Amino acid sequence: MDLKQLTEINAVSGHEQQMRRALLAELAHCGAQVSMDRMGNVVAVKKGTGVQPKQIMVTAHMDEVGLIVTGYTEEGFLRIVPVGRVDARMIISKRVLVGDELLPGIIGAIAIHLQTAEDRKRVLSYSDIYVDIGAKDKAEAERKAPLGAYIAFDTLYVTFGDDRACGKALDSRTGVWNLLRLLEKDYTNDLTAVFTSQKEVGCRGAKGASFAKEPDMGLVLDGTDANDLGMTDEVQQCCRQGEGVAVSFMDQVSIGDRQLFRQALQAAEEGQIPCQVRQYAGGVNESGDVQRAREGIPTLVLSVPCRYMHSPSTTVKLSDVDAQLALTEKLLMQL
Amino acid sequence: MYELLKKMLAPIGPSGREAMVAKAIQAEIEGWVDTIETDAMGNLIATKQGKGANPRRIMLSAHMDHIGFVVTGYEKEGFLRVTNVGGLSAENCGNVRHVVFENGVEGVLAVEPVKDTPAMKNLFVDIGAENKEEAMKLVQLGDMAVYAPNVVRLGAHRVASPAMDDRCACALLVKLLQSLKDTKDTIIAVFSVQEEVGCRGAQTASFAKAPDIGIALDVTGNGDTPETKLPSLRLGDGIAVKVMDRGSISNPMLRDELLLCGKKAGVKTQREVLPFGATDASAMQLSRGGIPVCTLSIPCRYVHSACEVIDLRDMEAGLQLLLTYLQ
Repeated sequence: MDLKQLTEINAVSGHEQQMRRALLAELAHCGAQVSMDRMGNVVAVKKGTGVQPKQIMVTAHMDEVGLIVTGYTEEGFLRIVPVGRVDARMIISKRVLVGDELLPGIIGAIAIHLQTAEDRKRVLSYSDIYVDIGAKDKAEAERKAPLGAYIAFDTLYVTFGDDRACGKALDSRTGVWNLLRLLEKDYTNDLTAVFTSQKEVGCRGAKGASFAKEPDMGLVLDGTDANDLGMTDEVQQCCRQGEGVAVSFMDQVSIGDRQLFRQALQAAEEGQIPCQVRQYAGGVNESGDVQRAREGIPTLVLSVPCRYMHSPSTTVKLSDVDAQLALTEKLLMQL
Repeated sequence: MYELLKKMLAPIGPSGREAMVAKAIQAEIEGWVDTIETDAMGNLIATKQGKGANPRRIMLSAHMDHIGFVVTGYEKEGFLRVTNVGGLSAENCGNVRHVVFENGVEGVLAVEPVKDTPAMKNLFVDIGAENKEEAMKLVQLGDMAVYAPNVVRLGAHRVASPAMDDRCACALLVKLLQSLKDTKDTIIAVFSVQEEVGCRGAQTASFAKAPDIGIALDVTGNGDTPETKLPSLRLGDGIAVKVMDRGSISNPMLRDELLLCGKKAGVKTQREVLPFGATDASAMQLSRGGIPVCTLSIPCRYVHSACEVIDLRDMEAGLQLLLTYLQ
């Protein structure tokens, strides 16, 4: 599967079946021991060729943010709340796909020209917006989109500009793609690749997976908001697209193992892999749960710089994605 | 106690970078315990085997880390941009402070003269570099700085210093290990890491050691300075036995037992209710199947400032209480 196919699968947190099926099919012949656990994580274990292999767990989450149906208006519009963090302002007028039948829908809000000056100043909340699936009344809406139906962004993946890609869920699908590519090769260390579930709603899959697998070290593959657009002062930017994989010294959930951090930077230099230090001490990812599972393990986060995360159109620079893969491969050989 | 406290206050150890503190502590406890180990998170764990028939496993936790600032970027003129590690804000760190990095580089933490309340992005550290290139040679992204060590005696009984939270409890725990004779129960003394960012070291240490009882040793606030009422504790009125904070509600039987031990030891105790905050007890309590916990707190003025103040008599009271409880 390529990145395009991966982003076009809908796998909102808690409703990842389609992705799991695709991953299990893809991994059937990769030479790893593949299984699924009770939280829906897909785990692929590949034995290392070295004499005293360490067990290195590498995670990438398979889920994405989305919406879920919580009610209806009398006219037949769907009331919704987000699954994971989705800013209501980012999704007005965007196209979505509702339920497993992928019914087309549009996200609407009170039309701007009908808004009062007061409305325009207020922070937009989910009670101000709805999904229009073209139902003629409430009864039809209920039939077509029952309560709890999952809603994903309707985005086709495209490449554009200088080596960039735009699609939904690119913050995590890049990691999923890299994990799949990692599993095509062999390494001196044991590779425990975990495609985790429910990261966007609290890193829930990662908790059980790290507890069960008891690895010696953890590498978390994720995306991070680059915040590198012109309006932010350079010194406040998190990382920059095009400057390679971003290695974290700290974020909201973990303080990275300093030695592992230095080893990663050194490995990148030796392998001439484009690499940068993520210059931000906030942000949430699975490293907290991986680092502190059981008796604790050294953990590091390797991120792809993204723009417009958690929106229908996230972008990445493809060379950064390859850099994340290259650095992970090198670390699997030399840690 | 004062000499030991001074030793404990000297090393630099912001959350995640506690190795130098662990080294100083290890030097003090070597020979007083049966085993000393360091785990993957950096926790320093010292065990004293119990000599009784069915020894209980009692974990005592004092955290080695303290709050600090982490470098996130460089300005082209050579100033460093930072953000907080643990409970520091642009408001509570004062406007100009002497700070020092783990590698020894000295700096001055300053705030831009903003009109409104300053935020972290208005802070910067001046390390005397002329430009960004020079700064990059001295300090790396991700390096951490702390308020420069500076121990000052106030009057007969009190001491002011950065990092009193939680080095005074580390000193107390070290002194306890140096004072204990044989015990019935097994004592697991954990000098924990990363408490200030979420009691993270205590989480993995409790899982690994699976204790039956957990006692956290930490500082707490005070109610005896102008306009400060909570918690209603006074310096010099003894060791505080915590009823609850926002991280854990102490097991009432353990709490009452500790208060009784204080009485038996003839020392002053205070009861503490803290409507905010947490200690390592919160992590210990929920480890595995859960255990009874309580926290012993040393009352402290100006917590999370560059001059935290405690009363040595409260530390001594804590020591005697614990000796009575464990012997």
